[in-house]
Amino acid sequence: MLNYAIRRLLMAVPTLFLISLMIFSLLKLAPGDPLSQLPLTIPPEVREKMRAALGVDEPLIVQYLLWLKQFFVIEPLRGFDILFGTHLSDGMQRIISWQTRGPVFSMIAERLPQTLLVVGLAYIVGVLIAVPIGIVSAYKQYSVFDQIGTFLSMLGLAVPPFFSGVLAILIFAVYLDWLPTIYNTNLIVNSWSNFTEQFLQMAMPVMVLAVQTIASISRYLRSSMLDNLEQDYVRTARAKGMGENVVVFIHVLRNSMIPVVTVITLGLPSVFGGAIVTEQIFRVNGIGQLLITAIYANDVPTVQTLAFIFAVLIVVFNLIADLLYGVLDPRIRYD
Amino acid sequence: MLRMVSLLAGAGVASLVATPALAERGTDGVVNILSWQAPSIMNPYLSGGEKDTDAASLVLEPLASYDENGELFPRLAAEIPTVENGGVAKDLKSITWKLKPGLKWSDGTTVTAKDVVFTANYCMDPKGGCAALARFQGVDKVEALDDLTVKVTFKELTVVPYTLFVAMWSPIIQAKQFADCLGTKAPTCTEANFYPVGTGPFVVANFKPNDAVQLKANPNYRDPNKPAFAGVNFKGGGDALGAARAVLQTSEYDYAGMLQVAPDVLSKMEKGGKGKLLSVFGTNVETLFMNLTDPSASLPPEERSTDKHPHPILSDVRVRQALSMALDRARLSEIGYGSMGKPTCDFVPAPPIFAAGNTECLKQDIPGAVKLLDEAGWKPGPDGIREKDSKKLKLTFVTTTNATRNQFQAIIKQWWHEIGVDVELRSLDASVFFSSDPSSPDTYQKFYADVQMWTNYSDAPDPGEYVATYTCNKAPLPDKQWQGSNVPRYCDTNYDALVKELGKTAAIEKRAEIVKKLNTILSDSYAIMPLVWRSSVSATSKTLGGYVGSGDSRFWNAQDWYRRK
Repeated sequence: MLNYAIRRLLMAVPTLFLISLMIFSLLKLAPGDPLSQLPLTIPPEVREKMRAALGVDEPLIVQYLLWLKQFFVIEPLRGFDILFGTHLSDGMQRIISWQTRGPVFSMIAERLPQTLLVVGLAYIVGVLIAVPIGIVSAYKQYSVFDQIGTFLSMLGLAVPPFFSGVLAILIFAVYLDWLPTIYNTNLIVNSWSNFTEQFLQMAMPVMVLAVQTIASISRYLRSSMLDNLEQDYVRTARAKGMGENVVVFIHVLRNSMIPVVTVITLGLPSVFGGAIVTEQIFRVNGIGQLLITAIYANDVPTVQTLAFIFAVLIVVFNLIADLLYGVLDPRIRYD
Repeated sequence: MLRMVSLLAGAGVASLVATPALAERGTDGVVNILSWQAPSIMNPYLSGGEKDTDAASLVLEPLASYDENGELFPRLAAEIPTVENGGVAKDLKSITWKLKPGLKWSDGTTVTAKDVVFTANYCMDPKGGCAALARFQGVDKVEALDDLTVKVTFKELTVVPYTLFVAMWSPIIQAKQFADCLGTKAPTCTEANFYPVGTGPFVVANFKPNDAVQLKANPNYRDPNKPAFAGVNFKGGGDALGAARAVLQTSEYDYAGMLQVAPDVLSKMEKGGKGKLLSVFGTNVETLFMNLTDPSASLPPEERSTDKHPHPILSDVRVRQALSMALDRARLSEIGYGSMGKPTCDFVPAPPIFAAGNTECLKQDIPGAVKLLDEAGWKPGPDGIREKDSKKLKLTFVTTTNATRNQFQAIIKQWWHEIGVDVELRSLDASVFFSSDPSSPDTYQKFYADVQMWTNYSDAPDPGEYVATYTCNKAPLPDKQWQGSNVPRYCDTNYDALVKELGKTAAIEKRAEIVKKLNTILSDSYAIMPLVWRSSVSATSKTLGGYVGSGDSRFWNAQDWYRRK
């Protein structure tokens, strides 16, 4: 297993290198200009100077190598400095956003908390609700509960967040006036009233995002449970006189969770990636919103860095999913 | 382009009675501002985008600003220098500014003429990429005569010397804070660019780029009783519709700006009674631009869309006039903008003294247009599309992807079809269309199409620079990397001569007369067709007092805002 993991990690290096090169060339090939959002009244000569100051006109290979150096040398050094109070990276040029002229990693650090809190919590809530729904739906197949569950999860999969989000705002904020529509990222939770405020402002985005997780995970679990409930070993377990609780929760559920755990693990990188649409609607302004505004503004260093981090996360979580598979199912061996 | 330049006598400025209660500094709590385009930097010299310069105007101040009537008033300056008071030299080659005595930066140090000189050096550094550099062009030197006096000497006679250090695009920054940020180091000064020390009513307390800015009242602001608000909570993100909702429907926020939302949706929201809408008419005019040169793909790249080949169809003024006559501008304005727009024939619609007020184009005249096309030799073909020398009268019409614009395209196509013109519609993403990338075939300056539609505007109340954008030498050309503001490639020696004359005329009445003439010459050429004079729409809550929308920044009078009880 360890050998396998190391081999996979080593293989990931050229993959990621290729991905970074592809992201960079795609961004450079795409039409657009970091200055296109500036007023038309800024004359062309001034724009030329501004472009030069951003480094847009440097040769592409120079820009790419600079980014590689910044990402793999300077930023890790900087992280080391912060952890151990050293000054190794002083005076070195970090990855600077074209939009804000601030370091990209500070922006990511600023935005990660709200993304992890909102999107992460929605994922946890979604999984926690989806598992019991999936179990009951499968165990009582074609019952009223199963029918309603099927209908609702189809609805959850079919309704996009830009619709359900606005609908939730109309119901809970405009008509009922219960929840705020705008997420305050500067809120510091240090008392019960702040906590209530934080809870209220997270309620709608978490709800909207959780609905989608619930819908997909409960369907996966349901079908996986149904497959297992038909198996011979279930009949054997029952024949041995085991109680239904033991049969369903120990025998069937454990085996049914194998594919579902894979699905859950593969979905985890999206927690870090944020939820572009939902973050925009509720102004959570996390990683997803950072990415989309950077794309609109043609802020290449920010988009490049974020896209690459997502690539790393996806590669890593794929590996984790594969390893987990081996843990859950002892029949699978990687050596 | 969703930009506004609101420097004008505010037609539509709602009744905002300035009756500030006798408040003390910081007694009215926090004012909540929502801007769907969040500020990404607080240093206007490195941005130039209005989302950033507006936010920065709460912190940084110029020597003088424009008020709601488009008139200059002193901020850090003791008075506005003029020829009469001796501040502007008689030969119009220098201007001398005097600072108010006793001004303090928010960190408590004294504001001196050295800061003003430093600001000029900062922006004029050729490696700094300063967005306001155009305002400093033509400056020979900026020197401090004493602690409170700054003299700006121009290389040539300058009839409007209020460019540098005036309005939100060119505020004074602190020499001490930015001392190590000159030239190539400018973008690396993150701390200074996010937390500039200023003289304005507020100070940045917490800056999260593209997300939220928290500001608190400046303890050293020159008026001890202002601002009434203890702080500003400036939030960004989302879209214009959601921003309007947060002010007009849920009243979570006090102010939201740049509300480019369908007019009927906005007025329905306003009926809830929780806030009100404010339309400020700047100089934004939604305009059709005709390509007077041949954009056909068969031409070599160095000759395509240049004056080497006149446009096979549109170089005939009768065709252009017919296209203009087929338009019903009032209808377009009503559909797209409601009360937030007005039909117009002028590309300089304001300030009132410069506006020609032409109205001939407003009446739609389809039979007249048909007649003109007949005269020009374009005869209807078998399919209803006109032809001449077996060439079809077919135009490509490009604009940016945006609901209102795409609706306009469809309506205009219909009208032009009625007079026998075939139209092919295209729409491009704004960031591609307004890109200055010379290798992209789709930029508005390259103009590889026959007709374009976008909004043009002037960023100063004096339209001198604005009318000069249509002189012959400003046509985009391949050897100029396709840079140039004269997008229709219009070229008229009379127009150029008048612009030159304007550059030498200082008296405002004379200038106004010339600008009106220029406006009429260009309108009669039908090279550009102004359609709708657009306003910038914002919403304020019922409890925000003292807000006045127009002025050089949307927040130009934030020091006077207060909470209505």
